[in-house]
Amino acid sequence: MDQPGFDYHIDIPGTTLFDGKQAMKGYALNKMCYAFNKEENRNAFKADEEAFMEQYGLNNTQKQAVRDRNVLAMIEAGGNIYYLAKLAGIFKLSVQDVGGQQTGMTTEEFQQHLLDQA
Amino acid sequence: MAKILGGITTSHIPAVGKAIQDELHDDPYWKPFFDGYPKIHNWIKENKPDVVINIYNDHGLGFFLDQMPTFAIGAAHEYRNEDEGWGLPSLDPFPGHPELSWHIIESMVADEFDITSCQELAVDHGFVVPMQLFWPGAPHNPDMPRAIPISANTVQHPIPTLKRALDFGKALRKGIESFPEDLKVVVLGTGGLSHQLEGERAGFINKEFDQYCIENIAHNPEELTKITRQELVEKAGAQGTEFLMWMMMRGALGDNVTEITRNYHIPISNTASGTLLLECE
Ligand SMILES: [Fe+2]
Repeated sequence: MDQPGFDYHIDIPGTTLFDGKQAMKGYALNKMCYAFNKEENRNAFKADEEAFMEQYGLNNTQKQAVRDRNVLAMIEAGGNIYYLAKLAGIFKLSVQDVGGQQTGMTTEEFQQHLLDQA
Repeated sequence: MAKILGGITTSHIPAVGKAIQDELHDDPYWKPFFDGYPKIHNWIKENKPDVVINIYNDHGLGFFLDQMPTFAIGAAHEYRNEDEGWGLPSLDPFPGHPELSWHIIESMVADEFDITSCQELAVDHGFVVPMQLFWPGAPHNPDMPRAIPISANTVQHPIPTLKRALDFGKALRKGIESFPEDLKVVVLGTGGLSHQLEGERAGFINKEFDQYCIENIAHNPEELTKITRQELVEKAGAQGTEFLMWMMMRGALGDNVTEITRNYHIPISNTASGTLLLECE
């Protein structure tokens, strides 16, 4: 979907602007991640990932991205990083782990990359 | 009448809450960050604000994408801090000031800012980390003012423009200053500075752009309204759009301010952290 009449959306390499297009695509995935605010839902997911994803109506691309713990694929499938951060927490991934995974670095390399920008 | 004493900005990174809990203030990684706050503590002790207006952006606790207000104002007797999904201990509730909230809401809607009012609002790290930084032990600090949260959407585009954010602050100022009770008010703008959490550009930080923003916000905020939203994402990073909160705060301070203190440090977690205290003249 393009938004005719709005010149607001631009391409920034390595950046997916979370806009209406992504919001439509990722609603089920983001809704599931929002549910992880509650411990009972985190436990239900841990007990049976497939059933939990089915309950929230994730499509196959989204399910596969979650199975693979692949954050870039989750974003591509419409995930919003603020909600995905709650899922990453279940997998015990820190924001630096997630940063490393997306940039092809180890967590230590990613941390060094941050320090190098001081 | 209510009076605005000044404004304080700070980053609100979740890791800060953890560092406070673990008392890492003198740890070599954290010291340059925490060193930015004692001058702010002194100012707060001297001025003792009665109310704190905390402008932050919710990160998926108080609001979901089902209903996403662009600007929301709390109008509750208290604000609960809740689990954001990481199972961290929650702080006790922050007492509100619903009479002032409703006065601001009336004033702003009359001023054609059609905001969302919230009689219940769970507040996340964007709200509580700055409170902990400025009032250690919050909400149980003896000087803890009553709080009013204001949340702006930076989760989902379209986000407000920088000009709209500054204008929001100006309208907020009118709302506060017309409140008949003699209250001393401080306005917080939390979030930022440059950072990006997602994509192949994760870890992006832009010191030069942050410095430009800090240099201009006190005395030349109108200059910053020329920055488009595209540019803001490009130059501050996808999550650096939280700089909008700084603009909202700045709008509430009136034309002339004095800078009392600032601090800037790279990195804290994935973020270039910044704090700034501006006093109204
Ligand atoms: Fe934030």
